[in-house]
Amino acid sequence: MSDLDNLLASREMVLVAGSGGVGKTTIAAAMGIAAAQRQKGNVLVLTVDPARRLASALGLDEVGNVPVRIDPETFAAAGVKARGELYVAMLDTKAGWDELIRRHAPDVEVRDAVLANPLYQNITSRFVQSHDYLAMEQLHDLHATGEFDLVIVDTPPSRNALSILDAPGRMVDFFGSKLLRWLTVPYRSRIFTVASKPFYQVADRVLGSRFLQDIADFFVLFQAMERGFVRRARAVEALLVDPRTAFVVVTTLETAPSHEAKFLVGALDERKMSLGAVVANRVLPAELAEPEAAASAMALLEAADGRLPARIAKRLDGTERAKKATTTTAAHVLREMASRFDDVALVAAREAERRHELQAAAPAMLTVPWLDGDIHDVRGLGELAEHLRHAE
Amino acid sequence: MTGLLDLDLLWVTGKGGVGKTSIAAALAEVAARSGRRTLVCEMDAKGALASAYDVDELSFQPTRIAPDLEAMTMSTEDSLREYLRLFVKIPFIGRIGPLAKTFDFVADAAPGVKEILGVGKLCYEVRERHYDLVVVDAEASGHIISQIGAPKVIAELVKVGLVRDQTEWMLEILNDRDRTGVAVVTTPEEMPVTESIELLRRLRRETGAHAAAVIANRVLPVMFDRRQQELADRLDEAIDLLVDAAGEGAPTVLQAARLTEARRRTGAAHLDRLRDSLTESDDVADSLPIVTVPELFARGPGRRVVAQIAETLVEELDVEVGR
Repeated sequence: MSDLDNLLASREMVLVAGSGGVGKTTIAAAMGIAAAQRQKGNVLVLTVDPARRLASALGLDEVGNVPVRIDPETFAAAGVKARGELYVAMLDTKAGWDELIRRHAPDVEVRDAVLANPLYQNITSRFVQSHDYLAMEQLHDLHATGEFDLVIVDTPPSRNALSILDAPGRMVDFFGSKLLRWLTVPYRSRIFTVASKPFYQVADRVLGSRFLQDIADFFVLFQAMERGFVRRARAVEALLVDPRTAFVVVTTLETAPSHEAKFLVGALDERKMSLGAVVANRVLPAELAEPEAAASAMALLEAADGRLPARIAKRLDGTERAKKATTTTAAHVLREMASRFDDVALVAAREAERRHELQAAAPAMLTVPWLDGDIHDVRGLGELAEHLRHAE
Repeated sequence: MTGLLDLDLLWVTGKGGVGKTSIAAALAEVAARSGRRTLVCEMDAKGALASAYDVDELSFQPTRIAPDLEAMTMSTEDSLREYLRLFVKIPFIGRIGPLAKTFDFVADAAPGVKEILGVGKLCYEVRERHYDLVVVDAEASGHIISQIGAPKVIAELVKVGLVRDQTEWMLEILNDRDRTGVAVVTTPEEMPVTESIELLRRLRRETGAHAAAVIANRVLPVMFDRRQQELADRLDEAIDLLVDAAGEGAPTVLQAARLTEARRRTGAAHLDRLRDSLTESDDVADSLPIVTVPELFARGPGRRVVAQIAETLVEELDVEVGR
């Protein structure tokens, strides 16, 4: 079995992480297909804001938090044989929050008051990296239903890939924080200590007491849900270090993404979270960096001034004597190809080096070549799954 | 081309990884070389701007990079300190450390408060005319709306207070298309282009700020005309001749050229999609220019890359530079 199949068969949750723009969503979807090809049972891919064409290729026009099964017909039409069932759900932050409030609110009054609070939307969409937390929440939920043998999560793009790892902890911290306690003490009866007095003064003058009151009202309601929230956040946190969970770090071999990937790999190790594999995506063929090719490029540059263009002209035109126009064109083409080769070779050489660096830190390194065109149907995803499977 | 550099405040944003910091650094360099007193500010303080200029570190206090060019990084705490000193005139500045920390916490929870401290600082520099142009290496496109939109959010949520009063003059600067503009940087790839299109649609509606340009970065040049491309596509038929003349590596050279051309073509299709969306959309100002910056095959960010991008921009933007 390949590294990929081993990984997908031995874990119950796979979190696909990495910096933005490296192809996380596509890799997560392809891994879902790979799992459904080899395993019976139910596989779920939980994705965030996929490229629309990818979504529609998967039949995902109006999907929210509820998993939808990919029609077996879609697989059949694409020539992909699936033994298991593949489900896809999209992460919807707003709906996710509403759901959380409904679940944790101690009574109907608190629930309705929170949902109707003017600050609710604004705050939930911003504070404590709520996107990251919700992805974790939903993972926990879907795993807990027991309906899925494997859940693959395409993690949301964040400024810092670490924020997703620390999101549950931050949620717990938030509820235990001084800020929340301060905000939720009824405004008038706040005891002005020497230490805190300047803060109230400044906050009042800068923000206006009315605004602070609005915030306080909201957090008083919010605090009523503390127990539920904290218990859940801890459960989510435990899930991240569970041996049944693995991370897959996706990266391209460009400077910034591979730097971030290396950092992320180290951070996982520090937190005792399990790294399943590193996927190097859109990689140039390794032979581009070999000296043989560079030597040939130099030789071609010289040959472009010799008899080679005329020979090519004769061959391509099928004539006894080389046509002048074709010869000139051939010479130009050879010269351009040869002189521009260095640029591409340089990129390939740099990629090879970064790949080695990452490989040293990864239990499995899956390399996906740069593919012509973007992937936006099940067939393309099936091909990508094959690449992942046969990547060394 | 409209004067991108004639604005007072130029936000540079784009999807993560498209090279927005290098572009912002180069735009600032071009502005400075054209004689404009220029400040460039990195908002997320990740240190990318310092790498772009090959300097050790940048801080809230502007550092001189070149004649007429200064660079800084945004710090919410320093911005708050300056704000309190200038506007609130509260005397306990020395004890701002713990205060700022607590404030940071409120700012984390309260919508727009953290952002407005950064935006406010930039608008302040503009209002006081300390510089002719302030270039902002802004948040990535996913976060830029809440950054530029912060004064609007605050104005809607906060009914009284100092901050509320401050939003008025900020909005005046931010919503004036002759003073403030947003340059959206993209690469010719699917996700960056899609995100750029979405951002351009949302920008006007949700913030009131205007798009000033789209900058297509890392664009591969056209290598061949049609005849040449046809011949290049048929070179497989003569591969033995190439190997005879240049050795076993010749097919790899051919493969490299093919890969590059395939990438270029895919990229060009994405840029066409971007162009179409610019002409279709009513939200976006008519004839928003697309500025093209070629792929430089650079080894990494740094002064050299910034200088090369700047050279391209001088031509693309048709700027007269003294140096």
